[in-house]
Amino acid sequence: MVHWKSIKQEASDVANGTTSALANVNKSLKLIQDNEEFGAIISVIKDRSIERAKFIDAQIAKGQKVGRLAGVPFIAKDNFLTFGSETTAASNMLKGFNAPYQSTAIEKLEAEGAICVAKANLDAFAHGGSTENSDFFVTKNPHDKTRVAGGSSGGSAAAVTLGLAPFALGSDTGGSIREPASFCGVVGLKPTYGLVSRSGVVAMASSTDVIGPITTNVADAALVLDVMSGKDLLDSTTIDNDPKGYELNGVKSNISGMRIGVIKEYMGEGLDPEVKKVITKSIEIFKKAGAVIVDVSLPSLPTALAVYYIVVPAEVSSNLSRYDGQRFGHNDLNAKTLEESYVNSRSQGFGSEAKRRIMIGTHVLSSGYYDAYYKKAQTVRTKLINEFNNAFKGVDALIGPVTPEVAFKIGANSDDPLKMYLIDIMTVAANLVGVPAISVPAGLAGDMPVGLQIMAPQQKDRDLLILASEFEGLIK
Amino acid sequence: MSKLTKEEILKLAFLARLKLSDDEVEKYQKELSSILDYVKHLDNVDVSGLEPTYQVSGLVNVSRKDQIIDYGVSNEELLKNVPVREGVYIKVRRMI
Repeated sequence: MVHWKSIKQEASDVANGTTSALANVNKSLKLIQDNEEFGAIISVIKDRSIERAKFIDAQIAKGQKVGRLAGVPFIAKDNFLTFGSETTAASNMLKGFNAPYQSTAIEKLEAEGAICVAKANLDAFAHGGSTENSDFFVTKNPHDKTRVAGGSSGGSAAAVTLGLAPFALGSDTGGSIREPASFCGVVGLKPTYGLVSRSGVVAMASSTDVIGPITTNVADAALVLDVMSGKDLLDSTTIDNDPKGYELNGVKSNISGMRIGVIKEYMGEGLDPEVKKVITKSIEIFKKAGAVIVDVSLPSLPTALAVYYIVVPAEVSSNLSRYDGQRFGHNDLNAKTLEESYVNSRSQGFGSEAKRRIMIGTHVLSSGYYDAYYKKAQTVRTKLINEFNNAFKGVDALIGPVTPEVAFKIGANSDDPLKMYLIDIMTVAANLVGVPAISVPAGLAGDMPVGLQIMAPQQKDRDLLILASEFEGLIK
Repeated sequence: MSKLTKEEILKLAFLARLKLSDDEVEKYQKELSSILDYVKHLDNVDVSGLEPTYQVSGLVNVSRKDQIIDYGVSNEELLKNVPVREGVYIKVRRMI
């Protein structure tokens, strides 16, 4: 479903008059309309995107300089605050919410001329790995409509796979960019923690949330990161970007002699044999290119998911406490007292997964349990970080699968939240440790795509992208 | 498996300002218990000599100049999502 050239090519075609921003926006809006059955999109930003396209075309007509992404349409996950449409986080709580300002990531992309044409579906408040927790509808996998597109950025991944726009934005708290990218066969990048401002993105778990692009190729992801990254006054957790930037411009790395670690804990029990075949083949490709393949063991990895499902619900319960129905969000107008208004607004506005996570978070943070759960988890997190730091002393990158299985059937895991949580088992570590990680299409298991996960040390996003791009070239 | 009691679930719901139906109480009793059982894995992990990690950026004491930045957003814009208003005030229900 290739409807677009590379982002760079699309932008240059607009700038040199081969096509126009308006033609691109109209094309994207038409494709969105034609593909409604997949449930990738929650709302369309029609008037504003046409207006912006006309403005950019007028600038070009006047011979003015335009940005690096001039006239390139994109789609944002519906937890990014945007003008021109509601921002709902796919929740009944925020249905009807019109953002008074835009997220920094969107502002930076717009400053380079990109045009946000639509908002993508997600698990409500980004809680989930399949978009089945969306309060509105489920996103279907473009490769097989009976299967999930993954989540929580499932709408974004499906949209890019369907070619609705050249790229989309997602957020990744425990795998929410990489897992849907793997399930849909596209590229999903989770940058280093703090590299992209989260100002204006609905907060899930503040110590692990990151923002990143979903694209059809690695060079596009690098370009979008280059535009979005860097310090922001509105998010004090942001860090400086690489002085070399992230755009690849054909840069090659020398895989020959590079040390690549295969994560032992991810290759064993529980990994689907067909998925394993694809990953093993990827390892062979690196080997053929001259890389030194080393088996790496991170003994605490099997505890990462337990750490994650203490730390994240704790932070979720804190972040969701702001939804009290008074200043914005769903409000029960029949409530008689303030207390009743809080309770009813929250009980009606939150879906069952949000409630579940709030309850777990409240439990692990409550007095008498704090040390046993929350503090213990954060200390095991330190252990995990130390193991990653040690591993990166001996290797340039770590590789493994993104998920133990390919995209599952819609409804297959709905009756058991723990089973659903286990899907995140190979993605959560990168978030807890804060390292960059990417999912790159590596092949098929049956008819379904499989992604290879590559991780690099913190702030080595540029090296990660170069290596991922090399792999992408070798696998083709 | 240690199962959370109905009273424990209701206490958590009270702390989180959530009202649960009887069915939800039963459902969360079962589900929360199995999740908490799973995270009990951590009990056996030796963490002696280690400190907890609360954030991974390594940044400390991030500050900025104490000055007003005008983002061009009016009061009216900021108030447009308020469910119940009276003029420029947010109207809430009676407290007692």
